[in-house]
Amino acid sequence: MSSSREAILGRIRSALADVPGTEDSTDIAVDWVYGQRPEGAADDMLGLFVERVEDYRAVVDRITSDELAGRIADVLAEHEVNSVVIPAGAPEQWREAVAGRGITVLSDDPVLSHRELDATGGVVTASRVGIAETGTIVLDHDADQGRRALSLVPDLHVCVIGSDQVVSDVPEAVARLQASIDSRQPLTWISGPSATSDIELNRVEGVHGPRTLHVLLVDAG
Amino acid sequence: MSAPTGTVALFATCINDLMFPDTPKAVVRLLERLGCTVDFPLSQTCCGQPFTNTGYFKEAMPSVRNYVETFESYEYVVGPSGSCIGSVRDQHPMLAGRLGDPGLQRRVEAIVAKTYDLSEFIVDVLGVTDVGAYFPHTVTYHSTCHSLRVTKVGDRPYRLLKAVRGLTFVELPDSDQCCGFGGTFSVKNPDTSVAMGTDKVRHVLDTGAEYLVAGDNSCLLHLGGLLSRMEAGVRPIHLAEILARTEEDLVEAGTSANSEGGVR
Amino acid sequence: MTAEPTETVADHGVPAVHERRTPAPPPVTLIGMPKFPKNAKKELGNAQLRSNLRHATTTIRNKRARVVQELPHWEQLRLAGEAIKNRTLRHLDDYLIQLEESLTANGAIVHWANDADEANQIVIDITRSKGVDEVVKVKSMATQEIDLNEALEEAGIAAWETDLAELIVQLGHDRPSHILVPAIHRNRSEVREIFLEEMGRYGTPPPEGLTDDPAMLAGAARVHLRDKFMRAKVAVSGANFAIAETGTLVVVESEGNGRMCLTLPETLISIVGIEKTLPTFADLEVFMQLLPRSSTAERMNPYTSMWSGVREGDGPQEVHVVLVDNGRTKVLADEVGRQALRCIRCSACLNICPVYERVGGHAYGSVYPGPIGAILTPQLRGTASEVDKSLPYASSLCGACFEVCPVRINIPEVLVHLRNKVVEENPGPSLQNIGMKAGGWLMGKGSRFGMAGKGAEAFGTVWPGSKIGPLPIPGWAAGWTGARDMKKPATETFRDWWKKREKTAGRGDQEGQA
Repeated sequence: MSSSREAILGRIRSALADVPGTEDSTDIAVDWVYGQRPEGAADDMLGLFVERVEDYRAVVDRITSDELAGRIADVLAEHEVNSVVIPAGAPEQWREAVAGRGITVLSDDPVLSHRELDATGGVVTASRVGIAETGTIVLDHDADQGRRALSLVPDLHVCVIGSDQVVSDVPEAVARLQASIDSRQPLTWISGPSATSDIELNRVEGVHGPRTLHVLLVDAG
Repeated sequence: MSAPTGTVALFATCINDLMFPDTPKAVVRLLERLGCTVDFPLSQTCCGQPFTNTGYFKEAMPSVRNYVETFESYEYVVGPSGSCIGSVRDQHPMLAGRLGDPGLQRRVEAIVAKTYDLSEFIVDVLGVTDVGAYFPHTVTYHSTCHSLRVTKVGDRPYRLLKAVRGLTFVELPDSDQCCGFGGTFSVKNPDTSVAMGTDKVRHVLDTGAEYLVAGDNSCLLHLGGLLSRMEAGVRPIHLAEILARTEEDLVEAGTSANSEGGVR
Repeated sequence: MTAEPTETVADHGVPAVHERRTPAPPPVTLIGMPKFPKNAKKELGNAQLRSNLRHATTTIRNKRARVVQELPHWEQLRLAGEAIKNRTLRHLDDYLIQLEESLTANGAIVHWANDADEANQIVIDITRSKGVDEVVKVKSMATQEIDLNEALEEAGIAAWETDLAELIVQLGHDRPSHILVPAIHRNRSEVREIFLEEMGRYGTPPPEGLTDDPAMLAGAARVHLRDKFMRAKVAVSGANFAIAETGTLVVVESEGNGRMCLTLPETLISIVGIEKTLPTFADLEVFMQLLPRSSTAERMNPYTSMWSGVREGDGPQEVHVVLVDNGRTKVLADEVGRQALRCIRCSACLNICPVYERVGGHAYGSVYPGPIGAILTPQLRGTASEVDKSLPYASSLCGACFEVCPVRINIPEVLVHLRNKVVEENPGPSLQNIGMKAGGWLMGKGSRFGMAGKGAEAFGTVWPGSKIGPLPIPGWAAGWTGARDMKKPATETFRDWWKKREKTAGRGDQEGQA
């Protein structure tokens, strides 16, 4: 195995014989300022975020923090979900409000098996960053979002994001996510419900991931 | 309009010299009408593209050297072909560079800077878009890939055409899609080439135009060959031949404006 | 699970050494595969294929144009993408060592594979060590390139494709024809037929009353694959990017099958071409803008997964990364050709290509079709075989691919460069070589070309009529005149006209020196 390693590295070095030994990788100029909000970014970032998420045929509600727990329970009830997983690190009020509607709340503690998760109707998670330009929500799977399988296997994903978590575009988002990456947390970037265009490039929502994505955008003000 | 003080060397291109002499004739007429002094150095041959694009770099070198020797004493070199001009500007420096001849490389770079496609020369150097032409026909324009993407003539041909009196312009759908000529591609991959050309011709026929205009006779050789085989009636014509034609020509030649090939 | 009976295997032309677990692909032998023009001719005769392809490529390239137009700084992004990739490639040894260190620190196990056989064997060994005989797969060009599925099949391990298009291809005993949409050559009714015929033999059958509605077909795939996801112990993926600084792998996808494979099984094996490396996480801000808009023509693809080795209590607890060369260092050694390694497999060049649109992906005889395939395949595999020799010529050099490439690979430049390589490697006395040599000499002097002009005039004068119809001379003459007339040469060349004109005007003949 290590012989393959040395062989490959050796071939790379002889392939790059034309690269001067004194050249540093940073000598190759990259004309790009990282982490910047692009020029001409929309003033109404939250409005753009809502529009772009809805473009993917996801549902977005703009609500206040007082309304949040109740709205979570409403959404689950509207989808006639019998059981829901809410990660252990999520606010206790979410759990209480949902349980108050007679919906079974699971916390993934102890850990749910794949089959148990598959039999669960929905999942409620927080999130890390929202991207207005692309209508994307990024999870870094902190305690309030749970491990990756939770927001994947159930068919309904109710995703909570604060208005102060929404940024203009990808560069600002990547800058904000650096801390999560530095602590080696996995990231899941979600732009609408699961979809495919594999048949005649005809977009169809809902293949393997949650077929319904419901976003609750909470006014931080 | 400020005509250049120096003489304009016409690079006719080999294919025009042998197959489409009416095009360089039209260029001479047009440029002289616009106040230029035109010369055709007889030592000229080919841009070398047929060799280069087929992979014969060595065989292209005589053409490259000959181009430099023929044209380097002129202030302007003008050719009626986006493709051949593109080859000079894009491929001659590459070929000279590969040869590792810095002297030739410098000469090539100097000549590249003063080599123009006809439409560029008229619009950018002469500063003219209305060349005083008259062409009372319906035409459509195929942009040709090398004019568009290598020489980058942009909208200059459109501006020139739209200023022609009597001319009705019809937009060609998917005008920026390749016609399938592609030099030796047309004979190495004849079936694909014809499939592409047939789609292009279908779009041309849909426009109802009488003439199919382009800045490259090589593409028109291919499309004209398809149109001719299907007896479609639409005539291929080089941009220069439209721009060269004036109302007086029509009077002189009677109804011959419809004769094949244009100015003679 | 239903295994396919041996006799059906034989129907597909594969020697029936053992009972197959997965549908047999059509046999492929590179040796003796016809060259591109011959393959193209066959595909061009398929009206269904041409209509499917025209519809699909037109749709996606128009969509791409729209979403690219939304970003005023698109050209800056392309330049940045190009520069970051160049930076990485020129120092690839350093970045790979850094990647290995980061991955290892993150708890991943790093393997190096010189070629396809080594990479396949690593996957086989890991899978066997887990005591399982099947894996679920995320769509990956690298695993197709090394033909992993067939290597696993021979080792008695079933590899289940989970991307919808890959599933269609696998169940259809077919080969992918597009980088992004491998079943682009199939329309909805063909997909329905494949599902009805094959799905039940390899797992959950399609629902009763399956129609050709794409939503219903996608639904059938969801149900069919759910059980495979739930029970899978080992998954195999590729990676779109591998971040050297942080040891993070990135998979960009749409359906969620990728997330299923990357999250649910206990063991994850990622096959990563060495050129997939990027220096830093921050570099992703460029590529996460370039890739989705260029490939699926969306502002962002539905799902992107990023993981840094093993995360305790979340996802696979055993993470393997196989760094594969398989010819890439050969590409790297070519100073002109190495730009092909910048490719991020978006497929924008396929969708814009007028040749690809008409002949489809199978004609290229490679897992990498279209313009990028025409420059990547002959570099990875070399140009010894007939088909590989013909690939650099499978282009009209129209340049549309270069315009859309998000990392600015100058595909026409590399095509011409590779044509030169083919010519240099084949110096024999072929008709083409002799003709080109003679032509080169002829074009060296105006006087020589002038003589050729005389010949052309003579021909133009004696040839009856104004055009040349079909010629029964094999080779280029028949190639041109089969469907096109040829204009005959002028009876007076331009230079003769000019000389006459100059004489009339009293100016001398300056040809003497030529």
